[in-house]
Amino acid sequence: MRRAGDRGWLLEAESPLATAAALRAAFGDRLEEVVPGHETVLVVGDVPADELLAVRVSAVLPEGRTIEVPVTYDGPDLAEVAELTRLSVDEVVRLHAEATYTAAFLGFAPGWAYLTGLDERLVVPRRAQPRERVPSGAVAIAGPYTGVYPRESPGGWRLLGSADVVLFDPGSERPALIEAGDRVRFVPL
Amino acid sequence: MIEVVDPGLLTTVQDRGRPGLAHLGVPPSGAADSRALALGNALVGNPPDAAVLEVTLVGPRLRFDLPTLVALTGACEPQVLETRELEPVACDGGARLYVAVRGGVEVAPVLGSRSTDLLTGLGPPPLRAGDVLAVGPEPMRPAPRAEATRAPVERVLRVIPGPREDWFTPGALGLLCEAEWRVTPTRFDGPELVWARSDELRSEGLVTGALQVPSAGRPILLLNDHPTTGGYPVIAVVHSDDLPHAGQLRPGDTVRFTAGCRSGRTGQP
Repeated sequence: MRRAGDRGWLLEAESPLATAAALRAAFGDRLEEVVPGHETVLVVGDVPADELLAVRVSAVLPEGRTIEVPVTYDGPDLAEVAELTRLSVDEVVRLHAEATYTAAFLGFAPGWAYLTGLDERLVVPRRAQPRERVPSGAVAIAGPYTGVYPRESPGGWRLLGSADVVLFDPGSERPALIEAGDRVRFVPL
Repeated sequence: MIEVVDPGLLTTVQDRGRPGLAHLGVPPSGAADSRALALGNALVGNPPDAAVLEVTLVGPRLRFDLPTLVALTGACEPQVLETRELEPVACDGGARLYVAVRGGVEVAPVLGSRSTDLLTGLGPPPLRAGDVLAVGPEPMRPAPRAEATRAPVERVLRVIPGPREDWFTPGALGLLCEAEWRVTPTRFDGPELVWARSDELRSEGLVTGALQVPSAGRPILLLNDHPTTGGYPVIAVVHSDDLPHAGQLRPGDTVRFTAGCRSGRTGQP
């Protein structure tokens, strides 16, 4: 466990989602932030280290929701991804739409979920030159992840399609459409 | 009511921000100098969560529809005045000045806060000429008529090593604390803090005050409007008590870091 400032700790975790859930259940509001990452959980709050270390992490993940995202597979990078992966465009679309993904963690922008479970054949690097503007709702892949851009922003992920969904609504009871632990399926239109 | 005649260089609405939402990708945001925010609100009798204006370097020209009790704090001698017009004030000895008005700046809260978040666009946009901002209702308690003195801006910031000090060559942490660092708009200039590794760090949660070091070796300090996760190693984190000082640093200032606190890792979770 590593110090992250005078009020924070960075915990290495085999399953950041399970560890984050256990920490929330154990300490509730005593922890100001519980932030899962790729292989860590960051906590901020006034819980002493020995109490954090004593938390038992269940092997069973809490059941997330399943969210279906309708997608038009019309992304500008489809042909390039097909070339990089030596697949046809139809196969790229089929593999991307067939899988069920898990939101591993959120970051980069409000409502941006890093979705894991991408078929290994679709693992491609980011673009060498990021785009200055990626439209809101763009469905994209990079490395082991897929995701949906919650709002227009610069970005280097490869764009496969577009989804007409609101990923982050600050006025809503649950502002993020996809939260860490949720399952996501892409439904081709 | 506040009429913005001239917004100054960059003026935003700030309160204590929106902590607790980092797991949704929402930055903490809020006033960069939390002590100046608290003092300003106290001087006009506001509750501590009232919103104020945060001014960067050069102040705005404001008009009020009624004589209004206003406190100026942060990068100036603290002062309280009752006025219908505020002339631009230049920051002195710091980067950010705070304008607290009795009743608070009343814009619609977003996720529980009225703060402008420059990174994500949450909250009200920065002030523009012609904007009209509402002022909240008169607080219950009277303004205290207190005298306040100014706390000097500290140029030595305490840091806690880690969480990724072992990503760097053994001398890097020592170098961080020995060198004099020059503030630029984007980073600290000084000697290179050399990575001991060539792989990429997987994205992990970031705290306010983190000194993130890209491979070029110069640290970037994350103030309140920071991304919630990132993949550059954090060599050390500025102590939360010293963050108000960090929020007052200006380009061209020099600063030192001191590792005054306990370091290191403890067992395994």
